[in-house]
Amino acid sequence: MPGPSEPPAPVTEKPGVPQPGQEPSVVRKFLKSRGSSALADRGFRWLMILCALSIFAIVALIFWELTTRSQLTISKFGIKFFFGSAWDPVNGNYGALPFVYGTLVSSLISLIIAVPLAVGVAIFITEMCPKMLRAPLSFLTELLAAIPSIVYGVWAVFVLVPLLREHVDPILIKVLGWTGLFAEPNFGIGMFAAGVILSIMILPIISSLTREVMSAVPHAQREAVLALGATRWEMIRMGVLRNARIGIVGSIILGLGRALGETMAVTMVIGNSPQILKNLLAPGYSMASVIANEFSEASDDMYRSALIEIGLALFLVTIVVNAFARVLVWAVTRGAPPRTT
Amino acid sequence: MASQYKTSAWNRISRNIADRLASSLAVLSTLIVITPLIVIFGYLLYKGASSLNLAFFTNIPKPVGEMGGGMANAIVGSAVLLGIGSAIGVPIGIAAGIFLAEFGQGGRLANIIRFTADVLNGVPSIVMGIAIYSLIVLPQRHFSAFAGGVALGIMMIPTITRTTEEMLLMVPHSIREAALGLGVPNWRSVLSVSLRTASPGVITGCMLAFARVAGETAPLLFTAFGNQFWSVAVNQPIAALPLQIYVYANSPYDEWHRLAWAGALVLISLIVISVSLVRYVTSRGVLKGAN
Repeated sequence: MPGPSEPPAPVTEKPGVPQPGQEPSVVRKFLKSRGSSALADRGFRWLMILCALSIFAIVALIFWELTTRSQLTISKFGIKFFFGSAWDPVNGNYGALPFVYGTLVSSLISLIIAVPLAVGVAIFITEMCPKMLRAPLSFLTELLAAIPSIVYGVWAVFVLVPLLREHVDPILIKVLGWTGLFAEPNFGIGMFAAGVILSIMILPIISSLTREVMSAVPHAQREAVLALGATRWEMIRMGVLRNARIGIVGSIILGLGRALGETMAVTMVIGNSPQILKNLLAPGYSMASVIANEFSEASDDMYRSALIEIGLALFLVTIVVNAFARVLVWAVTRGAPPRTT
Repeated sequence: MASQYKTSAWNRISRNIADRLASSLAVLSTLIVITPLIVIFGYLLYKGASSLNLAFFTNIPKPVGEMGGGMANAIVGSAVLLGIGSAIGVPIGIAAGIFLAEFGQGGRLANIIRFTADVLNGVPSIVMGIAIYSLIVLPQRHFSAFAGGVALGIMMIPTITRTTEEMLLMVPHSIREAALGLGVPNWRSVLSVSLRTASPGVITGCMLAFARVAGETAPLLFTAFGNQFWSVAVNQPIAALPLQIYVYANSPYDEWHRLAWAGALVLISLIVISVSLVRYVTSRGVLKGAN
């Protein structure tokens, strides 16, 4: 019986409002009309897994291609390939030692120059820099990392090499000539120039990772050291650097991984001559640049196979170096709060 | 022990000196690092701007000895290569990122994929070049824009995957649960809720990857190969801006050096603009509707 206390009229006629025991809601109806989503869900999931697995497949494929295409030299020379110093494509004699030497030495020079600077920059940005400067500075170093290799190369050829030849190398010859590492003839191009341009290129990587590792050190560490009366440098040395050292080593190794594989800029300034000399000012050759220079003119299969084997070695070495570095960085930054700058 | 006999005044002075010294070394190294950046940019602007003209964007390279000419074909070629690269790299990269963030979480497979992506990121670009050469160019028996695009696309994948994963992990769970609670199928909730929320961040990742491969030269040497003439055909050798810069910078002709500087300036402007854009977008929050 209708009365004043009765709730408003039921709304069964209106679609869309669920009525228990009666027809399902519009949402359910809408979903039902579209069929079961279980299939679509499973399909989507598998599609995503497939795409993720394709990354794995790509790396495996690269490895497989490089191995099969370099079978010729692997079976002919074996391990001696990397210890022979004669690179004579005309007579079919291949030894990769000059390139290995060039890659290692130029990377080493770049690390010697870049590491102190990169750690200095990281210290400045994380520990000393006024807040106002922090963002622009990290943006600038980021920008340095974004400049393509070829632009560094162009700059190195037209600006850095003349600069080294006219001003820096003569001083090095005069001061450090007795070591035998710096001697005439001085062309400007050569191992040292390659090391310098490499150091500019790997600096941003090392410094940004070092920064990340250093900001992962808890503030309590800094405060504790400061509370004991330490100066700022002592706080950085004992509170921060000591705790972050594994991660810093990791970031240096990551920079090394980048330097080992760097191609264009090095090719343009290293001088491209397969020789092993103590003189750093003399032209050399690196693994990546011999591939870049000679691959397109590799006329016979053996020649091409030799170059691909160098590529394979480069591939494996960078994988090992990168994996090692990642583990070290991860060991320090895990569990740390995300970076805020 | 000798150190105990040090007077406290001397101790304080020596420690303060060490502090000052270390601080000034840190400042000095920052200055040393910033200098090449400013020098490179300054020189690039000076050299590039003075040799940049309309012909650079509209003409194709002239034969040796003739003045003028431009890199129009290389700019278009780079666009084609990057288009192919993005068509391959972006979907695979985002999908792999979705897998890592939404399905894989902490599983062994996810860890393997994550590690492989890092490995792929560290593969030297020249090695990528010869791998694609033996994979695509050798069987086809000719250099092609397609091969170059594939090389660039593969190089884009790791960056996109990792940023997509990071951005998706930042999407609050309540949003996903809200979608699922409404009965939205999982795939739909991933695509139009999670991914949509994270879209500014994901786009950032794509642009970073794009900027990174835009300047890549080494993987194009034996795949796209370069071309002095107009060509947009996918199965023909194609010109690319970084390749052209490389050839011109290594040539002995002043006119070509001029063009190399102009090309470098164009390349670097493209990259600086996209990196700053990324920076601007991320500083305003990487999630849709955040803050």
